[in-house]
Amino acid sequence: MSDTIKDTKTIRPGGVDTLDPEKIKKELLSRYPAKVARKRSNQIMVNKKDDTGKTPVMGANVRTVPGIITQRGCSYAGCKGVILGPTRDIVNITHGPIGCGFYSWLTRRNQTRTASDADDNYMPYCFSTDMQDKDIVFGGEKKLKAAVQEAYDIFKPKAISIFSTCPVGLIGDDVHAVASEMKEKLGINVFGFSCEGYKGVSQSAGHHIANNGIFKNVVGKDDSIKEADYKINLLGEYNIGGDGFEIDRILDDCGISVVSTYSGNSTYDQFANSHTADLNTVMCHRSINYVADMMEIKYGIPWIKINFIGGKSTAKSLRKIAGYFGEEEFIQRVEAVIEAEMPEVERVRLEVKKRCEGKVAMIFVGGSRAHHYQELFKEIGMRTISAGYEFAHRDDYEGRRVIPDIKIDADSRNIEELKIEKDDDKYRSRKTEAELAALKAKGFEFKDYKGMSVDMENDALLIDDISQYETEQLLKLYKPDLYCAGIKEKYAIQKSGIPMKQLHSYDSGGPYAGFKGAVNFYREIDRLVNSKVWDYLEAPWQTNPELSAKYGWE
Amino acid sequence: MIPKKIKTIPYTATRNACKMCTPLGAALVFHGIEGTIPLLHGSQGCSTYMRRYLISHFREPVDIASSNFSEDTAIFGGGDNLRLAIENVTRQYFPAMIGIATTCLSETIGDDVPMILNGMDNAVDDTILVHVSTPSYTGTHVDGFHGAVHAVVERCNPLTGKTKDDLKTRKKINIFPGMLSNEDIRHIKEIFTDLNTEFTILPDYSERLEGPSWEDYQAIQKGGTPVREIKTMNLATASMELGSILAGTVNQGGESAGSLLKERFDIPLVSLGFPIGVKATDLFFSHLEQLTATAMPEKYKCQRGRLIDAYVDGNKYVSKRRAVVYGEEDFVVAMAGFLAEVGIIPVLCASGGKSGLLEKALEETLAPNILKQVTVHQGMDFTRMEQAARDLNPDFVIGNSKGYTMSRHLNVPLVRVGFPIHDRIGGQRILHIGYKGAQELFDTIVNTLLQRRQDTSKTGYAYM
Repeated sequence: MSDTIKDTKTIRPGGVDTLDPEKIKKELLSRYPAKVARKRSNQIMVNKKDDTGKTPVMGANVRTVPGIITQRGCSYAGCKGVILGPTRDIVNITHGPIGCGFYSWLTRRNQTRTASDADDNYMPYCFSTDMQDKDIVFGGEKKLKAAVQEAYDIFKPKAISIFSTCPVGLIGDDVHAVASEMKEKLGINVFGFSCEGYKGVSQSAGHHIANNGIFKNVVGKDDSIKEADYKINLLGEYNIGGDGFEIDRILDDCGISVVSTYSGNSTYDQFANSHTADLNTVMCHRSINYVADMMEIKYGIPWIKINFIGGKSTAKSLRKIAGYFGEEEFIQRVEAVIEAEMPEVERVRLEVKKRCEGKVAMIFVGGSRAHHYQELFKEIGMRTISAGYEFAHRDDYEGRRVIPDIKIDADSRNIEELKIEKDDDKYRSRKTEAELAALKAKGFEFKDYKGMSVDMENDALLIDDISQYETEQLLKLYKPDLYCAGIKEKYAIQKSGIPMKQLHSYDSGGPYAGFKGAVNFYREIDRLVNSKVWDYLEAPWQTNPELSAKYGWE
Repeated sequence: MIPKKIKTIPYTATRNACKMCTPLGAALVFHGIEGTIPLLHGSQGCSTYMRRYLISHFREPVDIASSNFSEDTAIFGGGDNLRLAIENVTRQYFPAMIGIATTCLSETIGDDVPMILNGMDNAVDDTILVHVSTPSYTGTHVDGFHGAVHAVVERCNPLTGKTKDDLKTRKKINIFPGMLSNEDIRHIKEIFTDLNTEFTILPDYSERLEGPSWEDYQAIQKGGTPVREIKTMNLATASMELGSILAGTVNQGGESAGSLLKERFDIPLVSLGFPIGVKATDLFFSHLEQLTATAMPEKYKCQRGRLIDAYVDGNKYVSKRRAVVYGEEDFVVAMAGFLAEVGIIPVLCASGGKSGLLEKALEETLAPNILKQVTVHQGMDFTRMEQAARDLNPDFVIGNSKGYTMSRHLNVPLVRVGFPIHDRIGGQRILHIGYKGAQELFDTIVNTLLQRRQDTSKTGYAYM
């Protein structure tokens, strides 16, 4: 890590604030045909906050125009890779040709820790029916059944799930019928997902399909009540780079008991028992708010939005959980944990801030990460001047208040909306009406997420589903000090001489959540934006033209 | 001599496959043609997955467009989407060529891509549209690779259009290297340059997928075989095609880029395996000498000399050692040939590919006394490979990163070669071919075995 203060790159002539974001927007749109430009113009917005906190309407969760190189994945990727990927003891069989299964094989760096070596962990495996021509022509159900049987015979797992790839729906294979037949036959839980890649506009559709499936087929199967205090579920935390382990460490210190994490380091049994928790805490609003809502309606578990990215945010989130349970002794214990952890966070933060203050970042990832990580940058004095999500919806930009206004289009209509009703046997009010009212009166917000835009500065450029082309244009125009995205953008950005941090896979770093994660992240950003490696970009003959001129004797 | 048949349980499901899907190979080829954007006709997830996979290996930008099927597209056909995608790609990137590869989605619904493209050439100025059919339920990424090379050559060298040679008639060799590393491609180019021979190598992703930092923004990274050169392939004096399985396919009546040029324009075709190891490289150079009427430059004679010297020096460390070799079939055949010539027995030769030609190609490559100790298996996944390997007591496994779990379970080292390499840096820079490549492979293998001995010894001798 560099210890010297290197400020030459921080202040460039004119600075980013002299750029007119409206003009940049025009520039970005200029190369598109009129129809495409019109569509994209609703997805590239200059942030403006009015007095009521209203921010521009974002054209989010709309289909990417063919031929625009998007960073988005597909429904299958969201369902199999993101949501079910980190669950270790379900045998996940991809029903389709080999590519989809192969490419989703252990790539998201989801970490898992089994209690002992004897515990099931199928994450290192990639199961596929590897469909061939004849399966496409004559149907693949027979092969799928045999594959399920085989998985059962070899592994005797608690559950087997089946993921549909593009051709499956088209050739008429009924994965759900196969699943229920095999469930009956084998006596274990077998369930299927219709997550064909063409469904929905991005991986977000797959998250929804996966959540619906887990809720329908797994949640509520185990009613035993765990002997523990302060039982919560942690929703939308995927244990990338060990984030979940750090959060678990902190929660454990606080005496908070996690019934189930969705879905980092998770198991089938945890899902089955998760309806017994007393509070749902939501990290990634986009991928999981469906589950939070459904659990509230069916089982009476209230949900709150929390964020464990950033030292202060972690403290704030812990206080929120403590406040919900409201017991003085518990609140004190949480405060003690925060007091013990924060000094180290502060020490590193202030040291790093000296070198990062005033630098600018751009973040284009996820459905929550683009928002959460701004917190960390703020803590070390960096500004996020442009950000956007890859697969989020309007509510993730503008807050949940816009949900009633979101138009249902053909792409969202084909994702099943479960009709959830109160389960009279299992529903349990966690708080009395009076208790809830008292909490709300104290400013406690349930079921709320205000979105990313309101936390960003006026004139920041919000770009939904940024394309490869737009990314490259932005770099050229803004030359930010740091660009955060995924591996698909990574190398074009670095080739342009701009430090780049992957916030999907963390560039094999992490954890970045919680207190220790914040320290890791501060140091990582320091390394990136102050690295001397960039000094070599220009060769001596480029910076010192007279040197080469000496040899130009012609 | 028929190699031993393997006795593993025939599984239904594929567990930890040793192959990738067909369009990935095509997308890689299109990255090896100057100014070309690959476009997958199907769901956007295919492009995203393949980009990520290629990027993780090359650590370079990889752009693949998509026609972004929706549910409606899947039902009513993808014509409109494909046309729109082509228009948008053209306006953003001004490509010289758009390489359109199908996916299992567009193939399943039966989109007639040539018909959709018919008449579009004029709509997109000078951009050449090439289509290759790559349903992922047929073959592997290797088939997509060869399919794309063939499609490009076919499209750029129409039957009726022998290119007018306004330049003086001269010697030019077409070289189709197959799926090799960047460093391999660079080495081939170096050899041809040293032979003072004009050549067209297709594909050539060695620069685009391993370029320097940019001084100016590049919409499409520099490098790749220029389209104008592909268009004059029909003027070449000969074509050379690497890959013994590919050669076998052609022998059985299949068509490759080389055989197409032979059929259409009478351009002689020389087919041989990947030049990995001394024997294969000797053969490669002897063909080159014949084709170019140029003697092997001194430089390569020296490389060969040093290599043989190293073979002698290192023989005591490798002789009779046992290896599992896996990957693409062409690669496995060539690698097995190399291992055998240094005294290592390739006890298991396995591939996810299923051309039906692997056994025969190995029979032609390996001496009978070696062959009888070799187990061959095509269409194999890593789970079965591991089971088979267990009984064969290998000293190491050699192949791509995906065999790591197997090597860990078998408790033997993994020598990383081929594609993909996701858990080490520099996979794209591994040189496999030529005397120099054999030298690097040999050193790596010997050192891996020595390190193993050192690490597992109680004393830990520093002098071995």
